[in-house]
Amino acid sequence: MVHDSVVRIGLVLPDVLGTYGDSGNATVLLKRLEWRGIRGEVVQLGVGDPVPNSLDIYLLGGGEDRAQTLAVSHLTEHPGMQQAAANGAVVMAVCAGLQILGEDFTGSDGVTHGGLGLLDVRTTPGSSTRAVGELLTLPDKELFADPMTGFENHQGHTQLGASARPLSRVVYGTGNGEGHDGAYQGHVLGTYMHGPVLARNPAFADLMLTWAVGSPLAPIDIPAISQLRNERRRAVQQMANRRKRLLRF
Amino acid sequence: MVVGGFGNLMAESVRVDDRWLMDRASTGVDEVSTAQGGDLPARTAAAVVAGNLAAKLSKVAGGGGGIIGGRVTLALDPNALGRLCRDRTVALVTGTNGKTTTTMMLARAMSVLQPVATNHSGANMPDGLVAALSTDQAAPLAVLEIDENYLPKISDAVQPAVIVLLNLSRDQMDRVGEVRHTERNLRTAIARLRDTTVVANCDDVLVTSAATEADSVIWVSAGGNWRGDSTSCPRCGMRVHVCVTDGTVTDWYCDCGFRRPTPTWAVREGLMTTPSGECFELALRLPGSANEADATLALAAATHLSVPLKPALDRIRTITGVGGRYTTVSRNGRIVRILLAKNPAGWAETLPLLREDTSRPIIIAVNGREADGRDLSWLWDIPFEQLAGRQVLATGERSADLAVRLTYAGVQHTHVPDPYQAIDGVDPGSVELVANYTAFRDLKSGLSNGA
Repeated sequence: MVHDSVVRIGLVLPDVLGTYGDSGNATVLLKRLEWRGIRGEVVQLGVGDPVPNSLDIYLLGGGEDRAQTLAVSHLTEHPGMQQAAANGAVVMAVCAGLQILGEDFTGSDGVTHGGLGLLDVRTTPGSSTRAVGELLTLPDKELFADPMTGFENHQGHTQLGASARPLSRVVYGTGNGEGHDGAYQGHVLGTYMHGPVLARNPAFADLMLTWAVGSPLAPIDIPAISQLRNERRRAVQQMANRRKRLLRF
Repeated sequence: MVVGGFGNLMAESVRVDDRWLMDRASTGVDEVSTAQGGDLPARTAAAVVAGNLAAKLSKVAGGGGGIIGGRVTLALDPNALGRLCRDRTVALVTGTNGKTTTTMMLARAMSVLQPVATNHSGANMPDGLVAALSTDQAAPLAVLEIDENYLPKISDAVQPAVIVLLNLSRDQMDRVGEVRHTERNLRTAIARLRDTTVVANCDDVLVTSAATEADSVIWVSAGGNWRGDSTSCPRCGMRVHVCVTDGTVTDWYCDCGFRRPTPTWAVREGLMTTPSGECFELALRLPGSANEADATLALAAATHLSVPLKPALDRIRTITGVGGRYTTVSRNGRIVRILLAKNPAGWAETLPLLREDTSRPIIIAVNGREADGRDLSWLWDIPFEQLAGRQVLATGERSADLAVRLTYAGVQHTHVPDPYQAIDGVDPGSVELVANYTAFRDLKSGLSNGA
């Protein structure tokens, strides 16, 4: 999309949707802009604050059931993010944030709540055991090539409707519960890789930044990130070996 | 005659319950009971004997001993914990950070009155508690560190006189779930108790929510640098409004009416104020505001249990290290101060300590084993940006995660996965070593054994 000199990143409701390192995604985006000489700015949008429709990127984190319903009612009352998304702004949500972007979601108490309708997905409580652990996936080829690595901790089972596409195919872990992880629809993205998913997946971060800036970005090679990605991939391989499971790439 | 015998027993003790009678009637181990446990029920006494024996055997075989003994005792008598506490005045200490330190402080303070049984090894689940109580059956007082997720089960069994509730923050979410869930469990458990006084830090929103349910609460303004889990109300989910003066939380409230209670004890910058308005300089030998908070909470609990304040404080001041924390170890000319920081709240208290001498190199050791939590997302909740300009080394089994975090924080660092090589990699002199749980545990024993 067309944009001026500063990329503006909104951290949406970090006071209620901000479980465990989720704000790290804003840190990653800001730094990757800075390293390329592009100015960025993070705007904290707390409960009670109006949500501007002028930002380039909106980030949503994880949280509990009650935080989800609170977030939906706040964002419905202040629909700046939905207006921006309709104009092509980037929205990226993890875990509970992914669920509230959908058509509806059912909490652990069995009550179904309407979502924000930015993604054609529906979430229900999954099996009785939580999905907790490393998640390794292959992204949709339309997006980027590098495998995605992350950590999931949730109980939701997310089903995609016709308008949403899976963000990635699960190689190891649970994800949505149907063989894929997350969803995307235009520039709206969601994943069960919680916390600082962008720290481990620079290609994912750069996809979002490319959309926001509107032109290709210079590649950045950071050996520490490649090392971490390789290490996590090896750890997943070892876990699969112990469980005598073949990883399907 | 048998019936008459039971009648006499019941008359002797009002605490006799049916199970006790059944145990006594069926096992016939009265001698063991008398010899080992004073008036412990026979089944418990026999279980304790077996547990202590198992502990000795385990030690002979080179194991840790205590916890094995506790497990054996609990297997033979699942109610051993309650029974081992029945004739004692019990104080439980729980919270996310500072449990071991506060337990040691409160145990020292209580020892002014009478001998104290305590789990000073930090084994804070039922087997560890039983082990500690079994080895010290005569002590009329008990001060026990409790894992916050086990508190409901243990407080039901023990019916403590006092619970010290320190703080609640995000920790090992992959293993124990969200801290708000922990708070709700504590709240329910505390509401079930009768005649228990909770000593609680009212600057911590989650702690206040749990402690409010107690029959009686002593509120302590103990501060705390981490506010990341106090942003939304545990009662209604809305935003908590926080009033901060000079960097210190002076009040907080939610629009639903839930708000900070008025404290009777307070501590700021080493000065403690008591309910009578007297001011004391704590003058601890342990560094930092977290230890001052723990000491104030311990003193509030101790004085509630009739310990005179001044001797209690004198005893607390004798503490110089807690399970190896804050102690220094020498290795090849490097004088290493070992600090434990295992979650964002712990780091919020540790970062100020690292500013004491900015010339010291900082080695950060991070593991991600089961006991640490395998999810390292918490590294992103720590403002490592503050370390820019310092000499920093990333080490430990998950140092690759740390190296990426430091890179994005703009902190130049060296990545040396082996912690001993990391120590040897800095110039001789003083060095700070900050480690999370298993990294701390392994390095502490490794360095003191000259590894």
